[in-house]
Amino acid sequence: MRAFDYVQPATIDAAIKTLAERDTVCLAGGTNLLDLMKGNVEQPLRLVDITHLPLNEVEPLADGRMRIGALVRNSDLANHAAVRERYPLLSQALVAGASPQLRNMATVGGNLLQRTRCHYFTDVGFAACNKRKPGSGCAALEGPNRIHAIFGTSEHCIATNPSDMCVALAALDAEIEIRSASGTRRMPIGAFHRLPGTTPERDTELRHGELITAVSLPPSRFAAHSHYLKVRDRASYEFALVSVAMALDVDGDRVRDARIALGGVAPRPWRAHAAERALIGKRLDAATIAAAGRAAREGARPYRDNAFKVELAERAVARAASIAGGLS
Amino acid sequence: MDANSPQGSARRRFLCGTGALTTGLATSTGLSALPAVAADTRVASSPPPVGAARAVRLNVNGHDYDLMLEPRVTLLDALREYIGLFGTKKGCDRGQCGACTVLVNDRRINACLALAIAHVGDRIRTVEGLAEGSMLHPVQAAFIEHDGFQCGYCTPGQICSAVAMLAEARAGTVSAATADVRQTLPVELTDAEIRERMSGNICRCGAYVGIVAAVREAAKKA
Repeated sequence: MRAFDYVQPATIDAAIKTLAERDTVCLAGGTNLLDLMKGNVEQPLRLVDITHLPLNEVEPLADGRMRIGALVRNSDLANHAAVRERYPLLSQALVAGASPQLRNMATVGGNLLQRTRCHYFTDVGFAACNKRKPGSGCAALEGPNRIHAIFGTSEHCIATNPSDMCVALAALDAEIEIRSASGTRRMPIGAFHRLPGTTPERDTELRHGELITAVSLPPSRFAAHSHYLKVRDRASYEFALVSVAMALDVDGDRVRDARIALGGVAPRPWRAHAAERALIGKRLDAATIAAAGRAAREGARPYRDNAFKVELAERAVARAASIAGGLS
Repeated sequence: MDANSPQGSARRRFLCGTGALTTGLATSTGLSALPAVAADTRVASSPPPVGAARAVRLNVNGHDYDLMLEPRVTLLDALREYIGLFGTKKGCDRGQCGACTVLVNDRRINACLALAIAHVGDRIRTVEGLAEGSMLHPVQAAFIEHDGFQCGYCTPGQICSAVAMLAEARAGTVSAATADVRQTLPVELTDAEIRERMSGNICRCGAYVGIVAAVREAAKKA
């Protein structure tokens, strides 16, 4: 690991001021950043340790929203009583990710900024990676690409977003709160993660010098009928091949509203709008669920080794809808 | 070593003695090479080189250790190479195996992905700090009783992980094996739950049957 300086600012304002400097990055849980630094994928000259800043509260707000500080640890968030009760989908997604040790370290803000686990990105031995080295090409297009994306890719990058938490946040219409020297701005999670296009080196809309301070969730009508389904190569401690955050609002035997987001298949948490439309207003039965699964394939573009993900996504959506709806 | 040296087994005293020696070496020579600094006649006004070592006090197993560490030194390397506590193991060094699991303020973490300098003021506990004198921790005793290892390399991490896991289960935490996270029921440590909650620790020998049996028994005694 290349040498770097380490600072521990006492206030949020001081942290933001330091973060605006060159080659300076934020250190929270460190589980992704230090891993990338050991592999020389990231080589900052200075780390700003923000873990002592007062951003670790989970606050139910008077308007029914829930505000989650950016430094809340993944394990604490998963186990927060109000999260378990009101947003069980989020709790489930969190404990589906990483390991207990990593969840004790990893934070909400860090999870939002997790970088892809594309082998060609994380191993500097590969010369071609547009995300790591803009303009160098994409080795995944020609090399083994079983774990790669089937939605939202470009000819410049086919890497997936690795997060489970973000998939649940996408289904729960989360909003990201971002602070900088010029003030606070908020954006829906759907606008936060970028598609690669011609600039895959930028994963998110977060700008240099900005700090994620919180995530907030609107009141949810999905708590009684939600499910996070994760399909992976081993039973635990592994990234998703396909995951589904299924959130249903069920009225009698009809689906009043639905949110479906997929993980492991796209450069960002992937809202399956067509699958949602296939459920909303329909009777929740086997035929509807099968139709939602088929609709989830819409827009899929597989590569040499990952065509299996298209059918896996279809089946995972159907299964998640069945479980969330109480049919199985 | 300070006056509070652990009064444990000969092996532990040996390790602590080694630790003092290692710490001394680290302080005087620096185990990791510092970047070369160009000769400069205005030395007094030059900023220190990027990433220079600085004084760091770590509290490990109830003892304070004063070290000179570069910011890039991980907690794992500080424990092993600077303090001389070799119980905590370096497996993958990338957060993928759990061999480096230690307890920080009673929570299990991967020491390989933590910077030592970020843990000043924390209570760090390693496998060396689990026994009470010659009395093994119940989890340690259960691992021996149930043959929860073959080569033993992952064992300190497995044991530290299990100690924290049992406390988490007593506190009613959820896992991926929890049927319904909305229900706040006491955690029943079925084999499926033990396997899921211990999944952050890989055993390359595949001694999982013994590990699960050891944790199951330790859970009953806890």
